[in-house]
Amino acid sequence: MDNSVSPQNSLVSVQNLSFSRGNKKIFDDISLEFERGKITAIMGPSGTGKTTLLKLIGGQLFPEQGTIIVDGNNVHRLRRSELYNLRKRMGMLFQSGALLTDMNVFDNVAFPLREHTHLPESMIRTLVLMKLQAVGLRGARNLMPNELSGGMARRIALARAIALDPMMIMYDEPFTGQDPISKGALVHLIKSLNTILSLTSIIVSHDVQETAAIADYIYVISEGKVVGQGTPKEIEQSESDWVQQFMTGAADGPAHFHYPAKDYVDDLLSTGKRY
Amino acid sequence: MIEFLQQLGKNTRTGFTKLGRGTFFLLQTISGILSVLPRPRLLFNQMYSVGVLSFLIITISGLFVGMVLGLQGYYTLSDFGAEESLGVMVAASLVRELGPVVSALLFAGRAGSALTAEIGLMKATEQLSGMEMMAVDPIKRIISPRFLAGFLSMPLLAALFSAVGIIGGQLVGSGLLGVDEGAYWSQMQAKLDFQDDIINGVIKSVVFGFAASWIALFEGYDAIPTSEGVSRATTRTVVNSAFSILGLDFILTTLMFGDK
Repeated sequence: MDNSVSPQNSLVSVQNLSFSRGNKKIFDDISLEFERGKITAIMGPSGTGKTTLLKLIGGQLFPEQGTIIVDGNNVHRLRRSELYNLRKRMGMLFQSGALLTDMNVFDNVAFPLREHTHLPESMIRTLVLMKLQAVGLRGARNLMPNELSGGMARRIALARAIALDPMMIMYDEPFTGQDPISKGALVHLIKSLNTILSLTSIIVSHDVQETAAIADYIYVISEGKVVGQGTPKEIEQSESDWVQQFMTGAADGPAHFHYPAKDYVDDLLSTGKRY
Repeated sequence: MIEFLQQLGKNTRTGFTKLGRGTFFLLQTISGILSVLPRPRLLFNQMYSVGVLSFLIITISGLFVGMVLGLQGYYTLSDFGAEESLGVMVAASLVRELGPVVSALLFAGRAGSALTAEIGLMKATEQLSGMEMMAVDPIKRIISPRFLAGFLSMPLLAALFSAVGIIGGQLVGSGLLGVDEGAYWSQMQAKLDFQDDIINGVIKSVVFGFAASWIALFEGYDAIPTSEGVSRATTRTVVNSAFSILGLDFILTTLMFGDK
């Protein structure tokens, strides 16, 4: 296995992880390292359990086997209060933004501050405005979530995720369904926040161009296994058919175009049942 | 036959698993109430949306149910020349049965379905998950205040329903049909017992409020997080609440009035 990421310097370390949903094996004994201060991307086709991985790291799901270490803590061995303390230092950006719909933008960003700190309202206001300024939406503070575009909602959610100054942020498909301008804004934001706040970022995505542009290290996952890993350049030059198909978007390859079925001619000629 | 038995076994198991999840959820919710008490604003906001917003439907329904009771009661009682007892009949039916039961059914339809849809949508749009990742326990922050609000609102709404119903009965009885107003009120006062009638009615509405809020919140929390899942959960809330309320009413009535 390529050891270009040293486990000593990793903030999050996934070791020999296995996880199934029903009879489907989502992860089969995979190990991943996420280095401090870097942007690491997990890429792979839809349905490979990328979001599941983030939920496992956040302790929302339990693995069947293997351990996940976040900043020296074994996530699934922590007591509930310890897990909640750890989560205060982990930001997560959900695909939909997951803003609370009964509060306006300002209150959404203030939510974690009000829940976890006893700061006076004047200081909360200053902090919220700073976070909103960082994502360029200070002027939108009075809007309700249903008045925001998808891209704006994600930026607000990002402001909320950095409200408690976390050590890391997990991005779940940050670019999906965004127009080119919003995508550009998010790419810029993720990169600059990572540098300015010296965060560790984990991006789960299948948007090849955008992710490759900012990631320091990429893992390509398919069918529960890591099929390729390396810097964006190494991934681009990878000889693995699988990685090549994913990066170029070829319709057929190791990932088949057709859903498994019996022989086409036999199927057409068979009589009897309606289907 | 074997298939039928297999299906039966499967359904029973699914049912019991759900009951187990529901009980666990209820225990978590109740233990979360402690963290609501220092933050009364959370409770007041929910009392408003669960209780105050149900005010209109409860008042109007109460008035009409009382008026119908007044009318029907008068026709029956007047055959025996006992129309003076209309007040007792209307008040006893409302306070013992119709007040708690009908207002609980209306509550399940108005507030319960809204709670299920709200929680289900919060789940479907990852708001609950998002809260967990912000280290905020959604049970304590979202579920417990709503549960407490439903539980506290129900007896108040049932009392309102009965009070408005009694006035409705009087409007029809004395206003339209000529029952003596003094007799309407004084007989009611003389015959209705505080312990047997009023308190038992309040106990019923507390139990119904508990059941209806639990079912509504659990169905929302347990909903499949898709639009179809949420709509099914909302339907289940109304159906299951109605069954539970009527079933519990029979049990409570037997316990309370069975030895008379």
